[in-house]
Amino acid sequence: MQAFATLFKNLDSTTSTNAKVSALVQYFQIVSPEDALWTIALFTHKRPKRTIKTSLLREWAAQSANIPQWLFEDTYHVVGDLAETIALTVPQATKQSDQSLTTWIEQIKALHKEADKVKQDFILNAWDQLDFASRFLFNKLITGGFRLGVSKKLITKALSKFLEKEETEIAHRLMGDWSPDNTSFEELLIAEGFDKSLSKPYPFFLAYALESSPDELGKPKDWLAEYKWDGIRGQIIKRKGEIFVWSRGEELINDAFPEFQSLADCAADNFVVDGEIIVFNNGKLGSFKDLQSRLGRKKVSKNLLAKLPAQLIVYDLLEWDGKDIRAETQSKRRQRLEESQLANHALITLSESIIFNDWKTLAKIRSEARSHDAEGLMLKAMHTPYQIGRKKGGWWKWKLDPYTIDAVLLYAQRGHGRRSNLYSDYTFAVWNTEGKLVPFAKAYSGLTDAEFREVTKFVNANTLERFGPVRSVKPELVFEVAFEGISYSKRHKSGIALRFPRIHRWRKDKKASEANTLEDLEGLLINKT
Amino acid sequence: MSSEDLLIFTKSGIYCKIADVYIDPWRPVQRAIITHGHSDHARPGSKSYICHSDSVPILKYRLGKSINIRGESFGNTFSVNGVNFSLYPAGHIIGSAQIRVEYRGEVWVVSGDYKVQHDNVCQPFEPITCNTFITESTFGLPVYQWKPLYETCKNISDWWAENAKQKRPTILTAYSLGKAQNILQNIDKSIGPIYCHGAIQKTNQVLMEAGLFDVKTLEVSENTATDYTNALILTPPSGLNSSWSNKFKHAVTGSASGWMMLRGMRRRRNVDKGFVLSDHADWNGLNTAIKATGASRVIVTHGYQDTYTRYLSEQGYQAQSEKTLFEGEQFAIQNQES
Repeated sequence: MQAFATLFKNLDSTTSTNAKVSALVQYFQIVSPEDALWTIALFTHKRPKRTIKTSLLREWAAQSANIPQWLFEDTYHVVGDLAETIALTVPQATKQSDQSLTTWIEQIKALHKEADKVKQDFILNAWDQLDFASRFLFNKLITGGFRLGVSKKLITKALSKFLEKEETEIAHRLMGDWSPDNTSFEELLIAEGFDKSLSKPYPFFLAYALESSPDELGKPKDWLAEYKWDGIRGQIIKRKGEIFVWSRGEELINDAFPEFQSLADCAADNFVVDGEIIVFNNGKLGSFKDLQSRLGRKKVSKNLLAKLPAQLIVYDLLEWDGKDIRAETQSKRRQRLEESQLANHALITLSESIIFNDWKTLAKIRSEARSHDAEGLMLKAMHTPYQIGRKKGGWWKWKLDPYTIDAVLLYAQRGHGRRSNLYSDYTFAVWNTEGKLVPFAKAYSGLTDAEFREVTKFVNANTLERFGPVRSVKPELVFEVAFEGISYSKRHKSGIALRFPRIHRWRKDKKASEANTLEDLEGLLINKT
Repeated sequence: MSSEDLLIFTKSGIYCKIADVYIDPWRPVQRAIITHGHSDHARPGSKSYICHSDSVPILKYRLGKSINIRGESFGNTFSVNGVNFSLYPAGHIIGSAQIRVEYRGEVWVVSGDYKVQHDNVCQPFEPITCNTFITESTFGLPVYQWKPLYETCKNISDWWAENAKQKRPTILTAYSLGKAQNILQNIDKSIGPIYCHGAIQKTNQVLMEAGLFDVKTLEVSENTATDYTNALILTPPSGLNSSWSNKFKHAVTGSASGWMMLRGMRRRRNVDKGFVLSDHADWNGLNTAIKATGASRVIVTHGYQDTYTRYLSEQGYQAQSEKTLFEGEQFAIQNQES
């Protein structure tokens, strides 16, 4: 546990990727393969099964710290992290221990069927022999959520360096439903008989935002126009009958989108396509939040698969029949994509090529993109090859400006983690016809830390009521809230739901009475349809 | 709070009606008694000030040489309109005092900001028996538990020595009045040269001229040829992300504050290293200090006042929470000054 605690301290005290990678490499060099494997598992969200309820942990912590339960809960709200709150409040250890990470995990797992009293004795004893960092991590083993700024990508990088293997191979090896209970470090990461070229994706070609008018791009006929979807950029690879789904961050996301495994049935083989992964919700294009709920888990339940089914809107062909065709022009690749008939598969839709003769027509189509649930247009030069990374002149994204509305701050809640002492989660309201404020959106992002501090001061000085961690404040501050989409909703008091609301800017120049109204919001809905 | 009370909380500050005196007023008043020189307690514009004699040079430096000010020594009683006032050490920073207010046998103590740990810079906190104690609650939650000062200062020294070994300048943020002197007094000064930001250097100078502090430091100059590779550089937080700090190439940064107790706060400060060091009382410090006064009534101000008031009530005190414009250590963080 000491080595793991040192690793944690090193990772936590730097924001540099290189420093994190070298801390991980150093760690892998000194720990046992068992500890290394558990560390990889924890950082890729494969924590041991929870054997103790957090409500019990909280009770025991308050008892051990000799403070009332409500005070422990209040403190937890301020700290924003249960494992940390416990580690800080319970008395300092009187004993010492240097059991390994794996030993601790095995003991926690073994508690599964024990009585609460046995669990309690074990926990109190553990707290009494771990120093602060180890105790924090021990609590994390139980409560989960190892958010230590270590992504799967970073782990992949570190292992690639440590084992001197390519990152794509490591990412591929780390894929799937393995656990330290059913594999070993050797078997997972080192064993021979692994075809490393099979899963390898191509670097993504990225678009620049088009800030000026498209007139400057030249003749319309030299450009391919498509809708821009608010999904996840993805590459789907099929080689030797095996399917790999890669995100733009070059993470393997097979587990998040198991339905694409059905591409194994399609006749074509040895191809790579590029496109946008989207999900549907009730037959309509799902929100980005829906997509994230698919991404955020290592195993997607049947329920969720049925509720939020995914599809690929395909727009490029990078490899066909085992041959890399990225050097061919956009128009040629597009033609080959259409001829490939991949879009005949139920999970693949061909991205529509928008027909237009002049930029003015296209501008009009763009302005109506929201009625197609798109966030704007993509423009791709017909002559361009598929390049690596962001290159000017090849691909442009021509997004719509977000909707904006001026709203009044009504409720504020403390943030978590980095923002745990700031009021950073806000609920905003607009005026209804009776002159009352109706809450319509929550937003967490868009202000600078300095602005969050300023709002926090306001909240402290202008609290009207407290509801647990939430405070209602004097309706005084006005913010411009931006969002990407708007729809009717029965679940919300205001009758509307927004897509990706965030704070655009603080309207210090406006009084609460000058904020927008519910009618203004409804007007946006009507204009949309 | 009843209007019969010896001290009441008004728009201008803590007020003694009988004496017509304010304690740490945040608006200009006729007569002010000041607990200590931090800018949320010592505000400009009042007609006359009384404070501990060690605070006099600080207030003159911060509020202007021409203010009408009188210094009192600890334990000496002075009377205003029949109300007896006396000052006792608060242990917060140099010159910081608790104000004891007594009228017809009833005793109130306004503690201002205080800490119970000894810092070897200012006179240690002294518990004063009273009926009503007015306390801060900046760190009034059980997660705030300080390690002994020497341990933290040893950690700072070790960190500095390690950085110096790697030929990297060490920048540590600390407020110019209080924290800076606390650190300078208690770290190992043999590791390398110590430089200070102008704001800290000037404060040190004021204190040294008054004979209240004696650690010599260098001022960061415009001379670009200075070698900082084994130096410790003390700066207020505002210096860290300004062009001022550009001259320290490959520097390692740290912050010394009670808030560094929490991981979220450490990450938000965006420094390499956080040291838990505060001039305020921690959870146990608050509880022992209050108990030692024997007070039956406690008024809780700036900090986690609602939570702490509820806790004190459950412990059998007649506790209440009052709003003030004092902001404890948070104030310094938010405004990146003092």
